[in-house]
Amino acid sequence: MGTFIIRRILWTLLVMFVITVLVFLIFFETPGVDPARQIAGRNPSASALKEIRHQFGLDEPIPIRYVDMMKKLFISRDLVSYSNQGEPVVPQIVAAMPATLSLVFGAAIIWVVMAIVMGVSAAVLRGTVFDPLLMILALIGISMPVFWLGEVMNLLSQHQFHDSVVFSWVPGLGYYPFTQDPFLWFKGLLIPWITLSVLYIGLYARVLRASVLEIQNEDYVRTARAKGLSERQVLRRHILRTSMITFVSLFGLDFGALVAGGVLLTEVVFGIHGVGFLTYQSLTNLDLPVIMATVVYGAFFIVLANALVDIAYAWLDPRIRLA
Amino acid sequence: MAEVALEPQAGVPDQGPDRVAGRSPWALAWRRLRRNRLALASLLLFVVIVVMSFGAPFYADHIAHTDPFVNNVNGTTIVDGKKVPLMEQGGGVLKLGVTPIGPTWDIHHYFLGSDTQGRDVAARILYGGRSSLEIGIGSAIIACLIATVLALVAGFYSGLTDSLLSRLMDVIWAFPVYLLAICIATVLLTAPNGLKVGPLHVEASSLWLPTLIIGFIYVPYVYRPVRGSVLSVAEKEFVEAAVAQGASNRRLIFSEILPNVITVVIVLLPLMIATTILTEAALSFLGVGVQPPGASWGTIISDGQNLLYTRPWVAIAPGIMIVLTVLALNVLGDGIRDALDPRAKLRVEG
Repeated sequence: MGTFIIRRILWTLLVMFVITVLVFLIFFETPGVDPARQIAGRNPSASALKEIRHQFGLDEPIPIRYVDMMKKLFISRDLVSYSNQGEPVVPQIVAAMPATLSLVFGAAIIWVVMAIVMGVSAAVLRGTVFDPLLMILALIGISMPVFWLGEVMNLLSQHQFHDSVVFSWVPGLGYYPFTQDPFLWFKGLLIPWITLSVLYIGLYARVLRASVLEIQNEDYVRTARAKGLSERQVLRRHILRTSMITFVSLFGLDFGALVAGGVLLTEVVFGIHGVGFLTYQSLTNLDLPVIMATVVYGAFFIVLANALVDIAYAWLDPRIRLA
Repeated sequence: MAEVALEPQAGVPDQGPDRVAGRSPWALAWRRLRRNRLALASLLLFVVIVVMSFGAPFYADHIAHTDPFVNNVNGTTIVDGKKVPLMEQGGGVLKLGVTPIGPTWDIHHYFLGSDTQGRDVAARILYGGRSSLEIGIGSAIIACLIATVLALVAGFYSGLTDSLLSRLMDVIWAFPVYLLAICIATVLLTAPNGLKVGPLHVEASSLWLPTLIIGFIYVPYVYRPVRGSVLSVAEKEFVEAAVAQGASNRRLIFSEILPNVITVVIVLLPLMIATTILTEAALSFLGVGVQPPGASWGTIISDGQNLLYTRPWVAIAPGIMIVLTVLALNVLGDGIRDALDPRAKLRVEG
C-alpha cells in the first residue's frame, strides 16, 4: 500500500508538470501567435513591441520563462496579471474559490441523491413502464447543453414567471457570499445547482441502474437471497454496496474536473464569479499569468481527485493494488 | 423485447434445407437493431435533422427568400398580408429602442422571427445545424481514427510504445476537456493567419479549426476502450495461429486484430458525435467556435442571449435542435451497443 501511494504521488507530480508545460507551449509556441502583440493592443510600433517583450521577459528562452513563471506562482507568489498590470494573480484565485466550491458542492449533493433515487428505482421497477420512463428522462438530461438549460432557467425564473409565486424568491443573477447572508446564498445558488446537476443525475442514474442490474445476477447476491435476507437488505447491503465502487470513482473524477474549471459554462451563464469565470475572462484577454495559475489550480484539483479515487479504489479492491 | 437470435455456433454446419443460411455478425446486429423500435425512431429523427440542415440553402433561397448571413436591419417582411419592418420600435418590457420581430409562424416569412441584425433565425438555425453537424461528425470521426490507430499501435507493440502512448493519453485525459478546447481555440483564433503546421494551413474562420480541436481533445476518450480491447484480442488463439503461419505485422494488425475491435469504435461513434456536438455548441457559445458571420447552434444561442427576455425563441429554438439531435444519437448509440456488444451480460433489456 505504501509503495502504491508513493508511486501515485510521483505520477501525479509528473502529470501536473506535463500539463503546465503543455499549456505554456500552447501559448508561447503556437505558430503565428505573439503574446507581446496581445499585450500591446492594436497596431503597435516595432519599438513598443520590443519594449514589451523585454519588460515581460518574453525575449528570454522558453525554459527560463517557464521556470520564472512557476517560481513567481509557487515560491514568491507575486505573479501579476498581464492585462490588468500590477494585479497579483494568486489572491484573485483564492477570492474566486468559495463561489466555485459552493456551486459544485451543492450541485454534487443534489446529483448524488437524485441519481441514487432514480437509478435504483429504475432497476427495481424494471419491467414496469417507470423504468424506460426514468431512463428517457435521464437521457434527456444528458442531452441538454448546460448553458442552454441555464438560459432557459434564467428566462423562467428571472423574467417569465419572476412575478409569480413560484419564482418570486429568486434573487438577481450573481453570487452572494455565504458569510454575508446564508439564506440569500442558498436562494441565489439553488437554480444554478439544479441546472448543473441535471447532466450528472442523468449520467449517474444510468450507470447505477446498469450496475445494479448486472450485480443482481452475481452468485453472492443469489446466496444472500438464499439465506433468506429481505429484498431490502439484499439491495442495500449487497447490491448497492458493490455498485458504489464505480459510482464513487466516477464521482471523484467529475467533482475534480468541475472544481478545476469544468463549471465555467454554468458560472458564465449565471454570472457567478468563480474560478471558471476567471479562467474565461483571462482567456478572452489572453492574460497568460492568470491562465497559467488557473490551469495549475485546476490540474491540482483533478490530479488530487484522481489520486484519491485510485487510493480509495485500491483500499476497496485489493486486486488493483496488487496488479 | 423478444428473444434475440442466438449467436451462430462456429463449426456447426447447417443441417437440412429448413435451416437458414449462415448470417454474418453484422447481419445479426442489424437484425437486432431493426427490432429496437426506439433506436430506429432515433435514427429516423437524426436523418430528418441532417436532411433539414443540409437543405438549408434550399430553404433560404426558395422558401424563405432570404440571405441569413447579411445584415438586414432596415428590411421588412410580411405578417398577415401586411408589410412590417423587421425592427419594431419600442418593443420589449421597457418599450424603448428597437426589438427584432418575434416568430411569425409563417414558413415563408421569418418563421422564428429575426435576430438583432435582421437575419432570419429559422434559416440561420438550418445553416447552423449544418455547421454543427459537420463539426460534430467530422471531429468524432477524426478522434476515432486517430485513437484507433494509436490504440492498435500501442496494443500491438505493447512495452515501451504502449507505456508512452498511454501516459500521454492520461495527461490529456487529466485535463478538463472544455478548458483544453477553449485554451487551444482562443490561442489559435488570435493567430492572424490561422493554424499553420507544416503543409497544413487552416484559416481561423474555417470550420476545420473547431473540428480539429474537438477531434484532438477527444482522442483519449476513444483510445482507452479501444486499446483495452486490442490488448485482449491480441492474446487470442487466432492471432497466435496467424503468428505461427508467419503473418506479417501488417496482416496481424489489419486483418486479424482490427476487424475484432472495430465494433468498439462503431459503438462509440454515435455517442462521440453526441458529445462533440455538445462541445461545439459550448465553444461557439463562448465565441471560440464557429466565427461570425457563420452560424452554428451554439452561436445562435449566444446571439439570443441578449434577446432572451424579449425574443426568447432565438435562444430556445437552437437549443431544442441540439437536445433532439443529441438525444437521438444517444438512443441510437445505446441501440447499436445493444445490437453489437458481444458481452451479452451488459445487455439489459426487458
